Order: sequence, then C-alpha cells, then structure tokens
Amino acid sequence: MIKASTWQVVKTLMRRDLKVALRRRSDIINPLLFVLMVVSLFPLAVGPGPDVLGRIAAGVIWVTALLAALLGSERLFRDDYLDGSLEQMILLPVPLPVLALAKIAIHWLLSGLPLVILAPLAALLLKLPVEGWSTLLLTLLLGTPILSALTAIGAALTVSLGRGGALLSLLLLPLFIPLLIFAAAAVEGALVGAPVVGQVVLLAGLMVLTLTLAPLAVAGAIRVSVN
Amino acid sequence: MTMVVNAQQLTSVRAGRTLFADLDVQVEAGGVLHVQGPNGAGKSTLLRIIAGLLQPLQGQVELFGEPADVDREQWQRRLLFIGHKPGVKSELTALENLELQAGFDGVVIDDPWQLAETVGLLGLEDISAQQLSAGQQRRIALARLWFSPAPLWILDEPFTALDQPGIELLQQRFAEHTGHGGTLILTSHQPLSWQPPQLQQLIIRSPEAHD
Repeated sequence: MIKASTWQVVKTLMRRDLKVALRRRSDIINPLLFVLMVVSLFPLAVGPGPDVLGRIAAGVIWVTALLAALLGSERLFRDDYLDGSLEQMILLPVPLPVLALAKIAIHWLLSGLPLVILAPLAALLLKLPVEGWSTLLLTLLLGTPILSALTAIGAALTVSLGRGGALLSLLLLPLFIPLLIFAAAAVEGALVGAPVVGQVVLLAGLMVLTLTLAPLAVAGAIRVSVN
Repeated sequence: MTMVVNAQQLTSVRAGRTLFADLDVQVEAGGVLHVQGPNGAGKSTLLRIIAGLLQPLQGQVELFGEPADVDREQWQRRLLFIGHKPGVKSELTALENLELQAGFDGVVIDDPWQLAETVGLLGLEDISAQQLSAGQQRRIALARLWFSPAPLWILDEPFTALDQPGIELLQQRFAEHTGHGGTLILTSHQPLSWQPPQLQQLIIRSPEAHD
C-alpha cells in the first residue's frame, strides 16, 4: 500500500520539475531573450520617437509575451511523455487535475514570473509613459497564469503528435485574444487617466476561471494522449 | 487465498484489429502471471488495461475485489506499473531519480548508497542519467522494486536491456516479493529461470490469427 499523501506527491513533482528545469536553464532564458530582442526591434522599425513608441508600447509588450509563451510550449509535457513520466503521473495516487495544476504552477514560475520581472525593462526600452507601468505589471501578473494554463491544455492535447509545434501555436493564439484585448485596453486606459478597475477585475475573473477549469481539461487531454 | 486481480471477459481492439476477446485473468495473492505471446499480440495492452491506463472495449477489471470506478485512488495505491519507458529523468542523477521516486511512493530510503550498490549502480550515482546506458537506466527504474510498498507489481518486459546478472537479481527480488504475499504480472520473451510456486502462464494469440 503506497501511503504518500497528496501534498507529498505534489511537492515531489514540483521539486523534480524545478530541478530538471534548473539543469536546462536555456529553456528558461531563451524566451526572455526573445522578448528583449523583439521589443528592441520596434524602436529600429518605427523610429525612436516617444509619441509613436509610447502609444504602441503596451500592445507590443503583450503581443511579445504571447509569442514568447508559445516558444517552448510544446516542451511542457513532451519530455515527460517521451521518458514515461507522464504515464507514471497518471498512476500516482492523487487526482490527476491536482497534478495538472502543479504543472501549470511550475510553468508559470519558470516562464510567467520572469516575464513580469522583465517587463519594466521592456517598458523602458519602448518608452511607455510611467503612468502605465503599474497597470502593465498588474495585467501581466494576472495574465501570465492564464497563458500558462491555456498553454498546458494545448501542450497536453498535442503531446503525442510527433511535431505538434505549429499546430499548437495555431490552436493557442485565438484563445489568447480575449486576454490581449482586456490587458491592452487596461494599459491604454491608464495612459489617458481613465479608471481601469473594470478591465483588471475582468482579467482577474478570467484568471480564476481558467485556473479552475484548465486542470480538468489538461487531465482529460493527458489521459487521451497517453493511450 | 484472496483474489488480487480478477478480470472478466476482456476484449480489446486496437487500430481495427482484435487483440484478444473474452479473456479472463485471475491472479491470487502470492501468484505470478507470466504473459507471453508474439510481438504485437497485445501483451502490453493487457498489462495497461489491468493497470488502469487503458479502457478495454468490453469487460471489467477488479483489483483486490474493487472495480476501478469505485475508488481509483485506493486502486493506484496498491499497484506499481513499469512500462517500456523507464520514467527516469535524464537530467537528474541516479540518486536523485531514486530519491524522487521514493517521494512519490511515500517512503524515505534509509541508505540510498546501499540501494545503489544492490541494484548495481554504485560508482554511477552522481552521473546524470542521460550519460548512462539503457540497461543502467532500466536499473534506476527497477530500483523502485526494492522500496515500493505496493503489493501488486505489473512489469512490462522488465528484463529488456538488462545483463544476465541483472536478470538473476531481479528474479531474486521477485521471489522475495511473492514470498511475502506480493503479486506479480509480467511479460517477457525469455523463460524465467526461477520457478515460482504459483506460476500461471498466459499465452496471447490474436484470435484473428486462426482464421
């Protein structure tokens, strides 16, 4: 009889994934470098004047964040699938959605959180007016968990396909659209001094909804993929 | 004797081909079921159905007298499944892999070095698993058999990539496990050199092969 408690299993899973991720640091650093590079291309392309750059800054940062989320998204479950850990994960004596939520949390910790930390630098490079900074950070803080959760659904669905990368991008980008609309609208509102509570609360609601339902979808997708 | 595995009238169809139909499997505590058959006959499918990874087209499986849909978690607490893929993280060392696996099984390994020596990994414990050979990775995965508290072991081709001493060692461990009332279901192409007191042989032949 295996007596591991739910918390013990979840803790072991998170510890393992963190350890593995820290051994392959390039997977964490590359999307961040990608964000910095794309952001620094814009002043070169549209000119360094603050009037144009400042207006598009929030949108550019958000679109770049979405694209960065797609980079390496197929890796989320791929290694686990190939080495058999995904199969073992299904057999752990813990409800699979709980483990899926742990996976999403790890993904956010390694891709979402660094992006939030990097955002002020990106805002600086794009000359985003200071009034918009706090709102931008708030939308990123609320939005990146949504990105991780949706990415996990897509990655779990395509994990058993040999090369699911392009398909995964096509699958995920439309799902990111509502997030992009509300996040960009919030920052734009902050720049003109309008109240942003509405958009921020909507984003928070969207985050709660996705984080509640995504683990169930991820668990279902994993079961199908491992068959 | 308590019935550990009781599968009734299992039918499985994969890719439009009937692998087996109306197959009954019964294994008692302390028993060994050795599943044999040609490549592609459905040995792995049968093992995955018993482990609850796959749903049969028809029929149902009871483990320890309970069907899976009653309390899946209780089911999973009593079985250990090792498939074709070892489930070993290639970035981590042998010892780290053992320690994490023990965490999943809810046990603490008292002496990991002793365990590494037992399974023949001494001297390799701090090399990342991707630098080890297939047989050595297999040994990391199978080391779980030395500490797992699960009474039912389902092993798909456990001898793959192991050398002869490794196969002997594994069979000694099987004998200990069944001696303590544990149950074992395995597939392998080579005959067992060990003679368990309660051995059942199951040979799967695709029903369509006789048409």
